[in-house]
Amino acid sequence: MSREDDPAGAWQRLAALTPARIALGRAGAGLPTREVLRFGLAHAQARDAVHTPLDAEAVQAGIAALGFTPLMAASAAPDRATYLRRPDLGRRLDEASAVALAAAAGDPVDLALVVADGLSARAVHEGAVPLLTALKPALAGSGWRLAPVVVAVQARVALGDAVGALLKARAVAVLIGERPGLSSPDSLGIYLTFDPRPGRSDAERNCLSNVRAAGLKPEPAAFKLHWLIDQALTRRLTGVALKDESDRLLAGPEGVTSITGGARDNPPPSAGEGSRAPDPEQT
Amino acid sequence: MSYRHVVGPRTFVFADLAELMAKASPPRSGDRLAGLAAGSAEECVAARWCLAAVPLSEILARPLIPYEADDVTRLILDTHDAAAFARVSHLTVGDFREFLLTAPSETLAVIAPGVTPEIAAAVSKIMRNQDLILVARKARVVTRLRNTIGLPGTLAVRLQPNHPSDDPAGITAAILDGLAYGCGDACIGINPVSDSVQGLTGLLHLLAELIDRFAIPTQGCVLTHVTTTLEAMNRGVPVDLVFQSIAGTQGANASFGVTLSVLKEAQEAALALKRGTVGDNVMYFETGQGSALSAEAHHGIDQQTLEARAYAVARAFRPLLVNTVVGFIGPEYLYDGKEIIRAGLEDHFCGKLMGVPLGVDVCYTNHAEADQDDMDTLLTLLGAAGVTYVMGVPGADDVMLNYQSTSFHDQLYLREVMGLKRAPEFSEWLARMGLTGPDGALLPGGGAPLLAAAPGLAA
Repeated sequence: MSREDDPAGAWQRLAALTPARIALGRAGAGLPTREVLRFGLAHAQARDAVHTPLDAEAVQAGIAALGFTPLMAASAAPDRATYLRRPDLGRRLDEASAVALAAAAGDPVDLALVVADGLSARAVHEGAVPLLTALKPALAGSGWRLAPVVVAVQARVALGDAVGALLKARAVAVLIGERPGLSSPDSLGIYLTFDPRPGRSDAERNCLSNVRAAGLKPEPAAFKLHWLIDQALTRRLTGVALKDESDRLLAGPEGVTSITGGARDNPPPSAGEGSRAPDPEQT
Repeated sequence: MSYRHVVGPRTFVFADLAELMAKASPPRSGDRLAGLAAGSAEECVAARWCLAAVPLSEILARPLIPYEADDVTRLILDTHDAAAFARVSHLTVGDFREFLLTAPSETLAVIAPGVTPEIAAAVSKIMRNQDLILVARKARVVTRLRNTIGLPGTLAVRLQPNHPSDDPAGITAAILDGLAYGCGDACIGINPVSDSVQGLTGLLHLLAELIDRFAIPTQGCVLTHVTTTLEAMNRGVPVDLVFQSIAGTQGANASFGVTLSVLKEAQEAALALKRGTVGDNVMYFETGQGSALSAEAHHGIDQQTLEARAYAVARAFRPLLVNTVVGFIGPEYLYDGKEIIRAGLEDHFCGKLMGVPLGVDVCYTNHAEADQDDMDTLLTLLGAAGVTYVMGVPGADDVMLNYQSTSFHDQLYLREVMGLKRAPEFSEWLARMGLTGPDGALLPGGGAPLLAAAPGLAA
């Protein structure tokens, strides 16, 4: 049947070419009821991802079960409403956490891992342990000295700088819930920073984005992260000067690959790159 | 010079014009984040009383950011039209509000080159939403490239067919869907994932070929950095519209990697291509409250005033399109639906009052306290205010930028409720294609004539 004879079939074929919501049909000027409800459900899931508190005990238990030592921390943002309005507070440790981390620090280590709620606790609930599971053998193989794995609440990416500095780590990797998209409420971002200390800029980090079951899956994400950590420790840097070239080693990566070094803080309409940049994460 | 206002036993003192304007601003999270907001509701209204008494000539005489320190201030003052300003130079801010409510469209057009962003921002702060709508509706700005945008009684739409990996077939599919809904007269504008010249080149050719194939009276645009577009033009790639995000201070523009001179260079390069058919407005700018604070280049000025200054940058380049991306930046700048709605109306008003063809990306992110109902409200208010254009995003869900904007359906709604037509050349094209009837309404049939005319497209 030609397209002229079968526009509905043609639109179905076109709709298969993009995740965008095309060929929805219409009721007068409005959406069909099923599309209104479908959108409403997606938005509800994204909102819940933002506002659901992190189940820190369950996350710690999952991390401990892998053989890592978990440690709790909180940012200076006391609650979600403050966290959303005051990104600066989400980048600082609260006093008690700073004291506890300083007390827990031992000799210098190569790597500190931070698991942070960010803007989607759901992403952490569903994605942090699978990622760490995939990463663990590679970490062991490299023989790096590890700090305890810090589980941080009301946290932005830059909180990792303070954590990494207190734990005397050469590099810090922050696994954090990204700002939920309508179709991706479960997306984890991973930020790697060499020589972490408060005041680092986002141009000094490397980022793996869209880590989730329907995006960049845990195994390839762990592979890329291990590659980036290895490069960062060897070349003693992260950020714009370190391009993610792990694809050359990893045949057929799934999902979206990295945004390297360019991540910034809640980009304005432009992230300096001209167009509105994808803003998967909040730092 | 300080300002003071007495309320009963209490005297409110404002150290300077910047503090007065910031504290007179309707509340929003970005000004609180910057530490500039009024400390109480009473202080905010005291500031408005005080601001209403400030002469416009005093605002002109006291630049908020020094002339020596900022090229946007220099642009504003060096290009100020004193003759146009003479009509209103004797007024206070409070008088100016009443003047605007009374003035006919012709008068607003005459004074526009004399209105500085600080004056527009000041008067907006003492205006209610209905004032912002009423005056903006009278301030028409018409621009042309391959069609005519901004005529009274019209609303244009940017078709925004973004794809998470810039896939040409996926982008084409979304464009066909949007065209079938009668979207695309403002432009067909893609936000690309890749900022490379190669990626840009492929997408620009895709747009040019599609527009040529259907002979659509519209313009294509790939919203990438101006320097990348310049490079593409140097390589002979077809560029209709040059895009750039801009802000209201030199420092914030520098954080975008852009200067006034590079914008000028790009405008001249695009003009030299002579791709317009009915006009030569070749620039497209996006802005948004909070960008200067985000770039740590806000000079202690409130975010709405800085946003208006971005329109002064835009105005200098005779743009076809300018839109504020009003809810994109996040809740630390505009917290909820109420703040987003207010900001959208302010931005539209200030742009139109300054003679800039303002459209609005009516939008929000999932961590803002906003939803589709808030967007419906703002869209409807902007339709009443005569907004130049809005976005057309499939299903309102931008799967590349991860935010919600207005949809193909939303513009149909607004046209039906407000009786708004499309750009005339585009409207005639839709009728020729058999997509719309004599009244401009979509014909049933799901865009079948478009698919019939495009065998093999996006196959």
